[in-house]
Amino acid sequence: MNPVVVHDLAKRFGDTTALDGLSFDVNDAELFGFIGPDGAGKTTLFRILVTLILPDAGTAHVLGLDVVRDLWAIRARVGYMPGRFSLYPDLSVRENLEFFASVFGSTVEEAADVIAPIWRQIEPFRDRRAAALSGGMKQKLALCCALVHRPDILLLDEPTTGVDAVSRREFWDLLAELKASGLTIVVSTPYMDEASRCDRVALVQHGKILEIAEPGVIGARYPRPLLSVRAARRHELLQALRQFPHAYSVFPFGADVHYADARTDAVPAAIAGELAAWLASRGFPDARAEPIPAGVEDVFMSLMGAPGDEVAA
Amino acid sequence: MNEQHSAPDAAIVVHDLTRRFGSFVAVNAISFSVARGEVFGFLGANGAGKTTAIRMLTGLLLPTSGEATVAGYDVYRQPDEIRRHIGYMSQRFSLYEDLTVEENIELFGGIYGLSDQRIEERTRELLDGLGLRDVRRRLVGGIPLGWKQKLAFSVALIHNPDIVFLDEPTGGVDPVTRRQFWEMIYTTAAAGTTVFVTTHYMDEAEYCDRVSVMVDGRIAAMGAPAELRRQYGVATFDDVFLRLARPSAA
Repeated sequence: MNPVVVHDLAKRFGDTTALDGLSFDVNDAELFGFIGPDGAGKTTLFRILVTLILPDAGTAHVLGLDVVRDLWAIRARVGYMPGRFSLYPDLSVRENLEFFASVFGSTVEEAADVIAPIWRQIEPFRDRRAAALSGGMKQKLALCCALVHRPDILLLDEPTTGVDAVSRREFWDLLAELKASGLTIVVSTPYMDEASRCDRVALVQHGKILEIAEPGVIGARYPRPLLSVRAARRHELLQALRQFPHAYSVFPFGADVHYADARTDAVPAAIAGELAAWLASRGFPDARAEPIPAGVEDVFMSLMGAPGDEVAA
Repeated sequence: MNEQHSAPDAAIVVHDLTRRFGSFVAVNAISFSVARGEVFGFLGANGAGKTTAIRMLTGLLLPTSGEATVAGYDVYRQPDEIRRHIGYMSQRFSLYEDLTVEENIELFGGIYGLSDQRIEERTRELLDGLGLRDVRRRLVGGIPLGWKQKLAFSVALIHNPDIVFLDEPTGGVDPVTRRQFWEMIYTTAAAGTTVFVTTHYMDEAEYCDRVSVMVDGRIAAMGAPAELRRQYGVATFDDVFLRLARPSAA
């Protein structure tokens, strides 16, 4: 049996549907990512998987154990990092680690090999109070604490939220190292660019899985010709592109603008020529358009539909 | 000394601003200015000193040394004036979750000393502008994050401040709403309000007129995003940030 097997999982809180029938499997030694904004249901899912709350319907098995019946067995074997920083702020780095080891009847020494890559990075701060660590260091310590009882699977709920871009990259480097050692890791994030660090990702919104795929192939699911357009006056460029008769969607992407064409069968190279000519006539002689493969964020926005739906829900 | 306030050309002027906590120098002699109506991105790694700098600029924390004026007011002598002339929103605290949408608008209007008539006008404007009229009686805790953040931004603008400080306003927001939020930022700046914004989304750095990047309490780089990309010879702002924040890794 796969380390995580979830079937038709549902959970409501009053009028709010947090999980609306989720099904997925996570493979052995896989780094599996849940990508979606706040409110997508990521935290509810993780809390069910680590047996902190009960589902209303559906089933979930972690390491072959049932999340409702076998909660004590599951708790001993999962490493869980909640989205909210949950270490003891008044204890030092070393003391936090020792505390979490002792809760599981273990010692830091027994986990030395497992935590080694992370411990190397936080050891210089071993005597510092956890409260005085920077955001990136706090998350590395929390990861260390989640590993200190040698779990068989890691469940990390938004470990990189609010963490700066460079510390995020370092955190994912650590996850890659842990995965290489054979650990199964399930992680959630609101940052679309982190999808590329996962073996497979599930895109989630409003308690539903929109898509599950390897990040490298997910772009192929994009249903329309997509082009990247660049010109000096980007904000005006956005407005101008939205006026183009065949525009389906126009979104800023960093320094570029991503333009999707409503004509699903049109040849992207031909569209590039049309766009350049049209923009030149509208006062953008420097505009350049080129066909690009869709990224995870493009796919996500295409799948999530009109954002205006949200408030009516 | 002239304590009078006159309309400044620059919204924010900072010179050698420094803040120590004991022996730790959180902000180390930073200098920059932000023009009126500019969208200024204030970037940096966790722990680089951004929050301390923002607390000084919003009149919440006295500097150890250096100078700063915000909306023409001095951070040492006129913190109350500063707070009256700026708006502030953060990802963590912005609105009261157990008040309704309408009550939040009214509350903040009252806090900023707007007249009852003005509060009524602004409430109408905000609800219509955001398309939130139908949910005005709903508790803020029950509306989606994206809407909450747009509402919080509008509420931060309720008293027509000269400058608005946005501290990670788009954290965790879905990708479409995140872009709509930036449209609101552009509209606000075009109307003359200066926008001072922090973010961990490096693509959003590109949406700023200029950005600064703090490293270890200092401003390590400042300029238009495209200029900085050229200067460091990299394709994305993500790479600019990596070079600055971890020079050894790049």
